[in-house]
Amino acid sequence: MHELSLTQAVVDTIAERFGDTHVIAVRLEIGKLSGVVVDSIRFCFDLVAEDTTLAGARLEIVEPCGRGRCRSCSQTFDVDDPIVLCPACGSANVEVLSGRELRILSVELSGEERPCAPRAAAPATPE
Amino acid sequence: MCATCGCSGDARITDTQRIDARTTDARTTDTAASTGDPSLAYPHAHSHSHGQEHPPSHGHGNPPSRTVMLEQKMLARNDEQAAKNRTWLAERDLLAVNLMSSPGSGKTTLLERTIRDLSARVQVSVVEGDQETTFAAERIRATGCPVVQINTGAGCHLDADMLARALRTLDPPPSSVVFVENVGNLVCPALFDLGESARVVVMSVTEGADKPLKYPHMFRTADLLLLNKTDLLPYVEFDVRRFREYLDKVNGRAQVIQVSVTRGDGMHDWYDWFLGLVA
Repeated sequence: MHELSLTQAVVDTIAERFGDTHVIAVRLEIGKLSGVVVDSIRFCFDLVAEDTTLAGARLEIVEPCGRGRCRSCSQTFDVDDPIVLCPACGSANVEVLSGRELRILSVELSGEERPCAPRAAAPATPE
Repeated sequence: MCATCGCSGDARITDTQRIDARTTDARTTDTAASTGDPSLAYPHAHSHSHGQEHPPSHGHGNPPSRTVMLEQKMLARNDEQAAKNRTWLAERDLLAVNLMSSPGSGKTTLLERTIRDLSARVQVSVVEGDQETTFAAERIRATGCPVVQINTGAGCHLDADMLARALRTLDPPPSSVVFVENVGNLVCPALFDLGESARVVVMSVTEGADKPLKYPHMFRTADLLLLNKTDLLPYVEFDVRRFREYLDKVNGRAQVIQVSVTRGDGMHDWYDWFLGLVA
């Protein structure tokens, strides 16, 4: 269930960056070859966002399809499976061009700042 | 992560070398605390509120909003800490090897034998990752090797921050080797860079040759595949050639070394491999 850690990282990143500003929506990009289950992210999001400035925020997720290019025959093709094989020549020597994205694309913020319930301090990280 | 509320960051780090060590923060415990006083066994920094301070209704109609583009990696924080770990390790000329596998593949037994066989040649320290208990760390400690246990609680993998804290507790000597035994899991650890020098996946022949296709993300990231328990090959249906074919479909660059840790087969190939990284 690495999706819980990922969701926590997203919420922490946004909450720290925008301080007390209320977050209305979060837009994520999770590639179809990333190994991350989008439904699990959705499940975790409300739980993790509770008591933060992201509480109640709308979660939008775009899921780019995978694209690959065969290093053997130079064919480019769609990839919908984490096991990437060239459909033309069968080679496994494939460069994945897209589909492994794990990014926070954008956030929609409320125009008015509003105090929120106190958040937990971020865990101290040794330098 | 906390099983009660889903919050993260409560991994416990146990220094089994220093029984008298005091807790240095809410998430770091010593052996005495983890095995003695039950009130200290689960130190959990529950500083955040579970109350209802947050108004259920926001009470504003359609406030003006603005969109901010971030284009930021979701794992940026972990990757930044992993980069710091990598620098920290390099400054001390340390080789860190991240060992990943399903539970029961023989990681701890591999380490016990490796430490004993190479004690005269290289200094080894170990970071043990498990959800609970210090069993693995106690086994490593019995070899005389410095070891720190990370208990992830509900967590299913180690992350770069956990390793950073464990390394500072462990304080390995310069120009030595640190083995990081990740939580037994063929899914989640694949995603998290720890700052390690090399990633090794351990797999036993009892697990079936099709594992690379079933867990492609894990096998894709491996630098080395240690195929363990080869002494059992006569008794199980495991086709080594087919396994290599399956592995090639997800990772054509990983080297495969066959070992039987209990019998000693292939261990010198494994030692040559990681000592080659030290050189």
